[in-house]
Amino acid sequence: MSLSIRALRKSYVEPGGRTINILNVESFDMASAEQVVLVGSSGGGKTTLLNTISGITTADSGSVVIDGTDVTTLPEAGRDRFRALKIGFVFQTFNLLPAFSALENVLLGMSFSGQKADHAHARELLKRVGLEHRLNHRPSELSVGEQQRVAVARGLANRPSLLLADEPTASVDTANQDNVLSLIREACTENKVSLLMVTHSPEVASKFDRVEKLSDFNKPEVAA
Amino acid sequence: MNLLTIAWKSLRQRALASSLTALSISLGIMLMVAVLIINGLVTEAFRQNGTGFGLVVGGRGSGDMNLVLNAVYRIGMPGEPLPWRYYDELRNHPYVESAVPMAMGDLTQEGQFPIVATTPEYFSLGYAPGKKFTLKKGGRLLGKYFSAVIGSRVASQNGWDVGSTFQLSHGGMDDHVHTERYEVVGVLGRTGTANDKTVFVDMEAFFMLAGHEKPPQEAIDRLREFGYEVTPQEEAVIKKAAAEMNHEGEEHGDEPHFHAVPNDLKEVSFILVNTKDIMGLPFLAAQINEGVKAQAVNPVPVMRRLLDNVVGNVRTLLLCLTALIVVVAGVGIFVSIYNSMSDRRKEIAIMRALGAHRGTVFSIILGESLLLCLGGGVLGLLFGHGLVFVAAPFIESEAGLILNPWLFEPAELILFPVLMVMATLVGFLPGMTAYRTDVAESLTD
Repeated sequence: MSLSIRALRKSYVEPGGRTINILNVESFDMASAEQVVLVGSSGGGKTTLLNTISGITTADSGSVVIDGTDVTTLPEAGRDRFRALKIGFVFQTFNLLPAFSALENVLLGMSFSGQKADHAHARELLKRVGLEHRLNHRPSELSVGEQQRVAVARGLANRPSLLLADEPTASVDTANQDNVLSLIREACTENKVSLLMVTHSPEVASKFDRVEKLSDFNKPEVAA
Repeated sequence: MNLLTIAWKSLRQRALASSLTALSISLGIMLMVAVLIINGLVTEAFRQNGTGFGLVVGGRGSGDMNLVLNAVYRIGMPGEPLPWRYYDELRNHPYVESAVPMAMGDLTQEGQFPIVATTPEYFSLGYAPGKKFTLKKGGRLLGKYFSAVIGSRVASQNGWDVGSTFQLSHGGMDDHVHTERYEVVGVLGRTGTANDKTVFVDMEAFFMLAGHEKPPQEAIDRLREFGYEVTPQEEAVIKKAAAEMNHEGEEHGDEPHFHAVPNDLKEVSFILVNTKDIMGLPFLAAQINEGVKAQAVNPVPVMRRLLDNVVGNVRTLLLCLTALIVVVAGVGIFVSIYNSMSDRRKEIAIMRALGAHRGTVFSIILGESLLLCLGGGVLGLLFGHGLVFVAAPFIESEAGLILNPWLFEPAELILFPVLMVMATLVGFLPGMTAYRTDVAESLTD
């Protein structure tokens, strides 16, 4: 998977009436199966960038081309489908659904792509993250580290081309940080999935070959 | 995982609230099912009785409704009676296949069940089309003086069986009790009709009871009112027979004994008539109604009128009330789902982030509403039949209605499309809330 961002703009209006251009990216590229970490301070637009790449948020202008498809030109339903088929998500707070078991949370990651749920693949992923014995446990019955591992498995459930990870280690303790990070990176390598991770932790960033400072290519500005 | 599974798991997550919401629907449906079953049974009971015979013939002035209430439902006191000579005339009419005389007015001393004096021919009419009376083992039909055949409810309520004896009392204000004891010779099987709460006695013996025969002069006058010629010779014969019955001028003796009652001293409350040909019914009814003596009523339209005007109104009222209960329960579902939406914004946003369309999350919420309504509906259906099962003995003893808890009313099938429409309505607004959820904002909450 290749990712190419050009002249991407996204603004919002603050309660006071000020318009902030939170995203102002001239150019950003990622090669297929590349693993990139974005470092930036809070409020710097990291999450907005991920949301715009995945099509959750629409850009004001510019392009986000993933594997030849410009996400910004797709209608909402098209972006949903694209996300369901091509993009995996790992959130900072795991965002597992409490009503569903570990296995079901992973299956949920496949449920919206229109393809048949692959139970064997879901079990395989959970086995890969060391949770083959916790398949039927609900999130409330899992430790924080285990929950994040389920979230990783869910992020890879739809065999995505690109995994977007938003501060995936921020909610786990230091001892588990390395484990989670290694797991995500290894899983992406094994499955030839591109990884774009955002973090504000220099320690996490130091593990990556390619570290990008968001402030180097994103220039937020107050429009008016 | 399909959308219904996702909806089901979301409901399971809020198990207590979901259960209570489904329970509120099920209680409404339970009442509705119970009303439908009872209504179906009452409707059937009202329809069933009139079909064993084609016409009820009674004294003019009784009113068709009153005649049918007496003859079919054994409710109320009969109006003007008919002379036996009229009955004789009617049964020999060329159109008539069978004419069964019935005399009413007395009640059992115990339980106040109506006494109907008739002939064994009544039991060959059947109590509904193709439905014959059955007798409990060891019983037989009327055949000897002071014998009685009792309905199933009379038997169960009074604890009577073949061999039991009882006395008759006059109906109305007169509390006179006849000294003669009747013996039960047969117990009828359940029919679900007024026959279950009726005591049938032999017509001949009925007139032997003190005061049941018409006084001779009144009988003669009544015959003349009906246009029958009573010659002085006939008049003398009637009066002589009456005097012999009453032992006027002679010693009566201590031994109990009875005298046959001359036909001209007998009167019947009404006559159940079947014609040889169905086409004969309206002609015969028209002939009878042209005269001034009696009136003939086809019971079916009267019963239908009764059903529509009385039972129908009660049914409509009950159905409206239970429908309101279901609607209130539907509002409960709406409130329950709608209130949960603010707590579920993130859950919905996660599904959207995983690729779910707006329409998909809308469908999931609608699915929850459907599951609650239909689940509550199925539960209510079971509860409704369960309620009838539990209440059947009480209703049977109090109202004489035999309820079959497993009887499935076709109207129950309408409940499910109605519930689906209601589920769609109550799930629409919460579904729209899910549809409009701002994914990026909700994910950061």
